[in-house]
Amino acid sequence: MADKATIIVHSGDMDKVYSALIIGNGALAMGMEATMYFTFWGLQRLKKGGLEKGPLSKMHLLGLGKWMVKQRMKKANVVSLEKLLTDFKELGGKIFACDMTMAIMGIKKEDLREDLISDYCAVGTFVNEARDSKFTLFI
Amino acid sequence: MTEVRVNCSGETCPVPLVETRKAIRKAQKGDIIEVIGTHPASKKEIPMAVKAMGLELLGIEEEGEVWKIRIKV
Repeated sequence: MADKATIIVHSGDMDKVYSALIIGNGALAMGMEATMYFTFWGLQRLKKGGLEKGPLSKMHLLGLGKWMVKQRMKKANVVSLEKLLTDFKELGGKIFACDMTMAIMGIKKEDLREDLISDYCAVGTFVNEARDSKFTLFI
Repeated sequence: MTEVRVNCSGETCPVPLVETRKAIRKAQKGDIIEVIGTHPASKKEIPMAVKAMGLELLGIEEEGEVWKIRIKV
């Protein structure tokens, strides 16, 4: 069995979601298995049309900071979150959605991008994934 | 046996690694993959991935900023 990486995406901040998806893709690209578990603010990013909506974790400045960072990213030829997400799926990554977050925030399955989500689950699933993982991150 | 070329020139992290992995997943045993790119860190990291997956690194060539990595699946 291949080594595994498990990443909890708790933050919905744009820069942190970038970090999480880049690490997830990197793990798959280096021959590992990877699971991303979206919870709380992170799960907001899996709502239909929600992927790019996160603020910058620092110096958001009512959107000005985010706009500036996006400009710099475009200049550096950084790919979109959408491409990172579809690449993650194409390389065999698994995406889990936290069902308690869905209950707390009133998110229905049909509000989420169901095509990307492997399962709707709770902490037991995360622990089961994490126990066999070479590294586990909480972002 | 087929030879596949992956051109990642101008792409940055993590695209060269990801596109290389996609090509490896699609390849049959014995196929050769040639990856071309300009992202400096990927030149070191693609060989790391090749080693981690137990594949064969056939060679790395460099010409200015451009590198070319050949992998046997």
